[in-house]
Amino acid sequence: MAAHPAGLEPVVAVRGLTRSFGDRPVLDDLDLDIAPGEFVALLGRSGSGKSTLLRVLAGLDTGVTGAYDVRGSVAVAFQEPRLLPWKRVAANVALGLDRPVSAAVEALGEVGLEHRVDAWPLTLSGGEAQRASLARALVREPDLLLLDEPFSALDALTRITMHGLVSDLWRRHRPAVLLVTHDVDEALLLADRVCVLTDGRIGHAVEVSADRPRHRDEPELTALRRDLLTELGVEAEVPA
Amino acid sequence: MSSSAVELGSRAATSRAGRPRRRRLTAWQRLISPIVLVIAWQAASMTGVLPDRLLAAPTTIFSTAIDLVEDGTLVTATLVSLQRVAIGFAIGAAAALVLAFVAGLSRLGENAVDPPLQMLRTLPHFGLIPLFILWFGIGETPKIALVTLGVVFPLYLNTFAGIRGVDPKLIEAARTLRLSRAALVRHVLIPGALPQALVGLRQSLGIAWLALIVAETVNADAGLGYMITDAREFLRTDIIVVGLAVYSLLGLLTDAIVRLTERRALAWRRTLLD
Repeated sequence: MAAHPAGLEPVVAVRGLTRSFGDRPVLDDLDLDIAPGEFVALLGRSGSGKSTLLRVLAGLDTGVTGAYDVRGSVAVAFQEPRLLPWKRVAANVALGLDRPVSAAVEALGEVGLEHRVDAWPLTLSGGEAQRASLARALVREPDLLLLDEPFSALDALTRITMHGLVSDLWRRHRPAVLLVTHDVDEALLLADRVCVLTDGRIGHAVEVSADRPRHRDEPELTALRRDLLTELGVEAEVPA
Repeated sequence: MSSSAVELGSRAATSRAGRPRRRRLTAWQRLISPIVLVIAWQAASMTGVLPDRLLAAPTTIFSTAIDLVEDGTLVTATLVSLQRVAIGFAIGAAAALVLAFVAGLSRLGENAVDPPLQMLRTLPHFGLIPLFILWFGIGETPKIALVTLGVVFPLYLNTFAGIRGVDPKLIEAARTLRLSRAALVRHVLIPGALPQALVGLRQSLGIAWLALIVAETVNADAGLGYMITDAREFLRTDIIVVGLAVYSLLGLLTDAIVRLTERRALAWRRTLLD
């Protein structure tokens, strides 16, 4: 277990969490702490249980044993934006919000969608829809923001823009973040700590201390990338 | 790459310019055969090939329609029929929606409501007329009951399927937004079920008119069906045809109303097709 900023009550405290589907344990006696304001990325191969852990923390999966504690409010952005197609963008962001709609419009401004507040979700591009989904999560000012591979369906260029945006928003609002991803570079660019989920538990974790904004070619990141890829069972990149 | 894009663009422009004229032309062409048929019908009537007691001439039917409107018979009959459909439809639609939500929102509700409705659905509901006459006599009640029964099933089935068909991913997202149960129904389930429910509504209205016609033809002392059966006694095929035309106009009208509602309520979806 990697260290986290001392003296702060963690936002997420997971102890001995187990989740099985049939006979197969997907999460097996897993421990994880996330400190307030900490950005944690969770890596793992497909089917490793990354999303299952996120769904447990989101309160969407209660069939678990073990202890987990989430302090404060939680917001989620999923892999697909999951906007209600029959509500305009602003109404989607404001849904279930106990603050006025102007807060939703403001949040849409923060993600660069001020010109799309009255649009129907089906008319948005993939990147725009994912921005709206981020705005919907952030407007709730969560203590914990759960991101379930939110950029994996976007094209490479849009993804780069979104990385910058998420980094920006995180610095401004400082929620604790758990980013589930299978993209090692994405994890290294964004997170304070990168955890690798293997055989149902956090098998490996590395701290990333490089200053932000980071560039993927920094020596620290290059070394960590090799380390993480090995941990994931992938051979280091073949030289050209 | 760019040159082919230009080519595509210019081709699109010419076809756009050419299309309206061609469409107007085909619209005209499609009118020709009905007009020829009506002329042939009129000719057959005037030459005596088609006797009046089998089918009145178009001109006779037209002037009869005007007479019936002027002496008030048609208006009164239409209002009586319209009232029956309206009452029967209102009761049936309310029952269908309540049942669909009871069944749609909980497993318990589904187990309680769905099996008996699925069983009743297989009854040929016009076959119930003898029972209805025994139960309700020959007044307004059996006619309204027949309309109600016809309306309930398609609207129930479609609304129920619509509720259950709402994307579970959206329901999950709503749960992470901490929506209350009532808010979930209002913001997610009702709008999500609406497209399918409106399909059910159109089917229901079609069956409502059909049920009315059957009920009125079997037994009535007022309304369009009565006007038609009464005309049969006197071999007045012109009045029969006028009655049938009014039935189909009313059916078209209610269908158009639902279509209009559809277009306004499902505006979010229309953008997909544009």
